[in-house]
Amino acid sequence: MNAQAALSPYSSSAGKTARHETHVLSVLVDNEPGVLARVVGLFSGRGYNIESLTVAEVAHLQGLSRITVVTSGAPETIEQISHQLERIVPIHKVTDLSLDNAFVQRELAMIKVRGKGESRTEALRLAEAFRARVIDATTESFIFELTGAPKKIDDFVELMRPIGLVEVSRTGVAAITRGPLTM
Amino acid sequence: MSKIMTGAEMVVQALQDQGVTHLFGYPGGAVLPIYDALFHQDKVQHVLVRHEQGAAHAAEGFARSTGKVGAVLVTSGPGATNAITGLTDALMDSIPVVCITGQVPTHLIGSDAFQECDTVGLTRHCTKHNYLVRRIEDLPRILHEAFYIARSGRPGPVVIDIPKDVQFASGPYAPPKNAQHKTYHPRVKADIGKIKQAVAMMAKAKKPILYTGGGVVNAGPTASTLLRELVQLTNFPITSTLMGLGAYPGSGPNWLGMLGMHGSYEANNAMHDCDLMVCVGARFDDRITGRLDAFSPGSKKIHIDIDPSSINKNVMVDLAVVGDCAHVLEDIVRLWRAEAHQTDPKALKAWWAQIDKWRARKSFGYKKSDTTIKPQYAVERLYELTKDRKTYITTEVGQHQMWAAQHYKFEEPNRWMTSGGLGTMGYGLPAAIGTQLAHPDALVIDIAGEASILMNIQELSTAKQFLAPVKIFILNNEYMGMVRQWQELLHGGRYSSSYSEALPDFVKLAEAYGMKGIRCSDPKNLDAAIQEMIDHPGAVIFDCLVDKAENCLPMIPSGKAHNDMILPDFEEDLGKVIDDKGKMLV
Ligand SMILES: Cc1ncc(C[n+]2csc(CCOP(=O)(O)OP(=O)(O)O)c2C)c(N)n1
Ligand SMILES: [Mg+2]
Repeated sequence: MNAQAALSPYSSSAGKTARHETHVLSVLVDNEPGVLARVVGLFSGRGYNIESLTVAEVAHLQGLSRITVVTSGAPETIEQISHQLERIVPIHKVTDLSLDNAFVQRELAMIKVRGKGESRTEALRLAEAFRARVIDATTESFIFELTGAPKKIDDFVELMRPIGLVEVSRTGVAAITRGPLTM
Repeated sequence: MSKIMTGAEMVVQALQDQGVTHLFGYPGGAVLPIYDALFHQDKVQHVLVRHEQGAAHAAEGFARSTGKVGAVLVTSGPGATNAITGLTDALMDSIPVVCITGQVPTHLIGSDAFQECDTVGLTRHCTKHNYLVRRIEDLPRILHEAFYIARSGRPGPVVIDIPKDVQFASGPYAPPKNAQHKTYHPRVKADIGKIKQAVAMMAKAKKPILYTGGGVVNAGPTASTLLRELVQLTNFPITSTLMGLGAYPGSGPNWLGMLGMHGSYEANNAMHDCDLMVCVGARFDDRITGRLDAFSPGSKKIHIDIDPSSINKNVMVDLAVVGDCAHVLEDIVRLWRAEAHQTDPKALKAWWAQIDKWRARKSFGYKKSDTTIKPQYAVERLYELTKDRKTYITTEVGQHQMWAAQHYKFEEPNRWMTSGGLGTMGYGLPAAIGTQLAHPDALVIDIAGEASILMNIQELSTAKQFLAPVKIFILNNEYMGMVRQWQELLHGGRYSSSYSEALPDFVKLAEAYGMKGIRCSDPKNLDAAIQEMIDHPGAVIFDCLVDKAENCLPMIPSGKAHNDMILPDFEEDLGKVIDDKGKMLV
């Protein structure tokens, strides 16, 4: 529960849990101007968390885009978020992928590491263990490309930090359900 | 059959095709082509307001009192920003309104052109949906879609922002077909399994209560008829939110009065002690629930609502029935009859006996006076003298609004127009004008406060121009009474800026507009003065000088539970009632 909720007798809701969970929501939208602003505005306006958000067109002919939002909160809050998203007129469908947990998620990151001598070899050794690719190199730097679940990227970034991490760029999560069925 | 016309002509044609009879608006550079198109026809009457906020509230009054979509037309920039309060009000109270805004031509958008503002950006958060029309080809579809979205599902305001070049451009126009939307399909019919569960829970209840809201009014008059039938079949007690007044008659035997912060003792205690709460088209707003962790702790809760996001938002319920109130009530009534259900008569009798004890506290009571007009008395007399007519009541916001809700008994839905969710001072006069134009023969009264009325006082001109004989009944206590009351509760009675200084002479003000002004300060003259107001064929401002110190009770102080009310016979210091946590709340 956040600090504000603890202050207010109105928001200490009976029957609500204090559990905090992270969920991945897939949102299929009409690819029209302003739709992303509606989604982002909903999160900021109602005080919901966005841990990551990605958006891209997925069906050009039908004009459909897919937004993947990673959010966190009490389970009731996350259910509220889904329903609030469904109220946005140009949204076709909202699926909380985390509910039955049968989905895969990937994120791409580019990680720049600076260093000389011993630390370069160490960086390359770790990169190999994580299956990170070198996509740019100078005598004093590498850029690694790494794809994986967010946790894997977090871990890699942490390992690079003492070696000479200077910059990270991440795409945010894309996710899809497992098996033959669609969202 | 499609016809070639300009964008401006399409707007007017679509308004006609959508059955719009009154368009509330104000002209400006970015909507001149539409005003020109209006000039050439007489099906849609343009009602020139005197401020765009007034246009939005007038459209709300029109919509709320008819069940139709209200229509607004304003110019770009300041026209649009002025309308925003009214749009937000309509969003909070689920009122269907379509607002057309002019915009600078498409090639100037983003250049900080004269009277440009990002209307879709600004109104994204205060509309159900909005559009910026960039191509003439899209305009006819968007116009019809906007009306469909405004009135379907949970109703709300929709903005259509039309750049001036699109108003001049030509293209084919087609009338509305059976409006369908690509993505928006609100569910009206509920799952029959849920209905069965609801009926079973209701049949078993020993201490039931119906808690109804604006959703019943929005679902149309059949929903109210069905609600009355359900009450008769089950003998359940019934209470309602501010927005739901009139769905069940205020004189009905099962009526407990409004619930919530200024609701009745019996309604709030019955909510607290019930074993089954059936919420129909209401949303567990904080004015209703009071302190959430002490809200009706022992009850099972059924929530009937068309908006799935209303369910489990503030209060977790045991059974959610998603659907339109009218459809759901119809199914419940039908099933109740078909299965010949009966409520446990012994249990209900005991429950009613308990309720009667609460009723006996007479929580809407007040100390009568022979010398000063008590505001509650004024509303009571107004009710007695107008109840046998076709009367519509609008209000401003403050104590007078709560006294109106407590003491005026509404027998029908759509007769009560008030700003509930947003609590907008200045709502009542324009809403009364919109209501009056929709019902020319009705008696339309704005129960006002002397502070609120000044917020949209310019609309007197509109009333005058369009011959709207609205009666403005000001409960003049020379204070922003509700603010003063809270200052007593929270701030040691330091009346910081809540005294109504420098008021106009309301009688002379009426006369300045060619209207009738009446002033009354003596309770003995009140009936005759009210009668004079009713009998006057034109608009009236009634300056009713009431007790300046009266507080609006009963009250659930912020942060307290339903069974922790301050009653009118409360004698202690108001300033000691609310604890520090409660003081943080509004
Ligand atoms: C636009 C707006 N501004 C401020 C408020 C806060 N407010 C609520 S009630 C009130 C006082 C209203 O005074 P009056 O119209 O005289 O009504 P009374 O309470 O005296 O009956 C104020 C300032 C509001 N509701 N709306
Ligand atoms: Mg006042």
